[in-house]
Amino acid sequence: MQTGGDIPEVPGRPDERDRPRVGVDEWVASVEGRREDRVGFARLGRRIDALLPPWARLLIFGVFAATLPLWMDRGDLFAYGIFTLIYILLGLGLNVVVGYAGLLDLGYVALFGFGAYFYALLSSEHYGIHWPSAVSIPVVVVSTALLGLVLGIPSRRLLGDYLAIVTLFFGQAFVVFVNAANPTVRGKGLTGGPNGIADIDPNDLFGYELTTRRQQYWFILGVVLLVLIGLHFLSESRTGRAWRALREDPLAAEAMSMPVNRLKLKAFAFGAGIAGLAGCIFAAVLTAVTSGNFALPILITIYAVVILGGIGSLTGVVIGAIVINVSFQFLAPENPQDNARILFYAVVILLLVLAVRPWWMLGVVLGGVVVFGFAAHAIAEAIDPSWTAGAVVEGGRLAGVISDWVIIPAGHERFANVAYITLIVAVLALTRIHGWWRTILLVPTLYLTAIVWETSFVEQPAVARWILFGALLVTLMTVRPQGLLGTPRVEIV
Amino acid sequence: MTEEQKPPLLLELEQVTKSFGGLTVADRLDLHVDEGEIVSLIGPNGAGKTTVFNLVTGLYRPDSGAIRFVGRDLVGLPPHKITQLGIARTFQTLRLFLNMTVKENVMAAAYGHTRATVPEAIFRLPRARREEREIAALAEEKLAFFGQRLAGYRHEQQAYNLSYANRRRLEIARAMATNPRLLLLDEPAAGMNPAETLELTELIGRLRSEGGYTVLVIEHDMHVVEGISDRVVALDHGVKIAEGAFEEVATDPRVIEAYLGLQGAA
Repeated sequence: MQTGGDIPEVPGRPDERDRPRVGVDEWVASVEGRREDRVGFARLGRRIDALLPPWARLLIFGVFAATLPLWMDRGDLFAYGIFTLIYILLGLGLNVVVGYAGLLDLGYVALFGFGAYFYALLSSEHYGIHWPSAVSIPVVVVSTALLGLVLGIPSRRLLGDYLAIVTLFFGQAFVVFVNAANPTVRGKGLTGGPNGIADIDPNDLFGYELTTRRQQYWFILGVVLLVLIGLHFLSESRTGRAWRALREDPLAAEAMSMPVNRLKLKAFAFGAGIAGLAGCIFAAVLTAVTSGNFALPILITIYAVVILGGIGSLTGVVIGAIVINVSFQFLAPENPQDNARILFYAVVILLLVLAVRPWWMLGVVLGGVVVFGFAAHAIAEAIDPSWTAGAVVEGGRLAGVISDWVIIPAGHERFANVAYITLIVAVLALTRIHGWWRTILLVPTLYLTAIVWETSFVEQPAVARWILFGALLVTLMTVRPQGLLGTPRVEIV
Repeated sequence: MTEEQKPPLLLELEQVTKSFGGLTVADRLDLHVDEGEIVSLIGPNGAGKTTVFNLVTGLYRPDSGAIRFVGRDLVGLPPHKITQLGIARTFQTLRLFLNMTVKENVMAAAYGHTRATVPEAIFRLPRARREEREIAALAEEKLAFFGQRLAGYRHEQQAYNLSYANRRRLEIARAMATNPRLLLLDEPAAGMNPAETLELTELIGRLRSEGGYTVLVIEHDMHVVEGISDRVVALDHGVKIAEGAFEEVATDPRVIEAYLGLQGAA
């Protein structure tokens, strides 16, 4: 250190002129990135994207995914492995349309459904047609791509919200058609109405039928890896660049020699082809399709995969699909309630880690909640033992701690409602006050959250599943609006 | 052309008229640009200068009249076809692909003169690989035109990271990547400081001498116009009011009137 506070002169650097300076717009543009760097795990995400070359990422994913069946049982492999892969495939297709070309296509799920139904018609007992996969899959993929092309035609005139409405209508029309129209072809309902089509053939590899879950899993993994590689090359080609260019500024793209309308149709057709491929696999794995498989919730989930991962990023789609499907299956009603409970507390703690600064304050809050809980529990028990006599629902690993920490009265329906309303009031109050008072109020609020969870939500697993899923998405998207691996999109005004 | 001395005619507008409702933004406009020329288009705000660019590049379709490029009629062609024929433009309001890297911005503009199809790209077939190499080399060559300004690490920067002057340079580089014969520059010096403006004046000269481009430029800065122009065309209310060397046009009473009003001319 120098004496007297005079600052030593920074030696001039050769690239001084080009370095971002305060007040220069370049500096402003880099602020977001530096702010983001301060959030630990977000920085990790950036690093993964920046440090590992694409082939290394593909290798890591491939090796990890390929060894999955060696230690997972059949049911888990189906729920966690196969479904994640199908979501990856769907996300990759949607990423072409939405992420690259920037076209808000809400009819995407209908293309997935069309692929699945078409495959079912070509390879099932429904009409007694049993085409081998080597024929039926290409036929389905090409037909779905053509349908995507037709669906893309309005995109030549419609943009943004308007395109979204038209394509959404198409998606809904598909479900209604499959469910209600069900035209009679060759003496039989074409789509099987609400019953759908059953007894669909499994995929086969040149005549060898893939009947076990492991075989199916490895087959789908192979398809996903091939699609990933192909898409990576495509994204780094003239077509990929042109798609991104038209997403950024269609008029400039047109003026820079890119045929914008044809490129839009290409994106629609290409994304649709991948959706058709996913449909074939989906139908073959499930051996039955019904219209419910292709309704709005699935569309929202596919969008969640793409948006959570980071629009436009292939690695992002893969990670988004893993996060969403794994957490969704983890919370499935047939799983023990304890799963949901662990995830719930994990989300709460994650939120605190992200929101509370500095670190020691986080310690104070968490410690405070624990102490507050045990104290409140002890006081309640001392006043009237029945106040804490309620049983913990499916306690699992945490049962002992929770029954000593959370106040669960014997008959607690009214108590639960009161706690719920109090929690809402407390959360609203939290948003209105600041400083130390907020920290102090945070402690009982968190404790109240635990009470509400243990007395209300735990008893309604189906509702709790969706609420938690939503909370997870909201949390992640608040932390990283551009998705886990997406790059922040900048508009200059 | 019939006269042997004269360089070939590149762009020709003949009696071009365009109106929006009751407002005529181009009125029986005649304009020509010869190969190898640098022509400046001047005029007060709203004179219809950018409209001329929009008409030539196919963003607007003229109500009547003909626009020809190397003898070929451009009217009715979509903008990307016109660019592929050899006319590239920049935008007054800057329309870069902001969330793409600097190099990608330039590479994207090579779309029109490359041919690799989607399957070729997916399977990395020889033509796709060769074209990728060519496109990358082309982008680097066009960016190198601007010296240190867009060199090195800037290639991998997102376009929104660039300063205003650099964004203008990148727009020119992007237009060059379409392999044009005629460059239309829409107010390239807008928002630049005097030093950068001087640098730009020199750059436009190099566009012709080193790049071999013919340039039609819209510019408000009279120092730039004076420094670069072989010929100046002045517009007002969609009508050509003067044409000729800079000194003639700058002293033309109708031009002074258009800029300053009648008082100024008196």
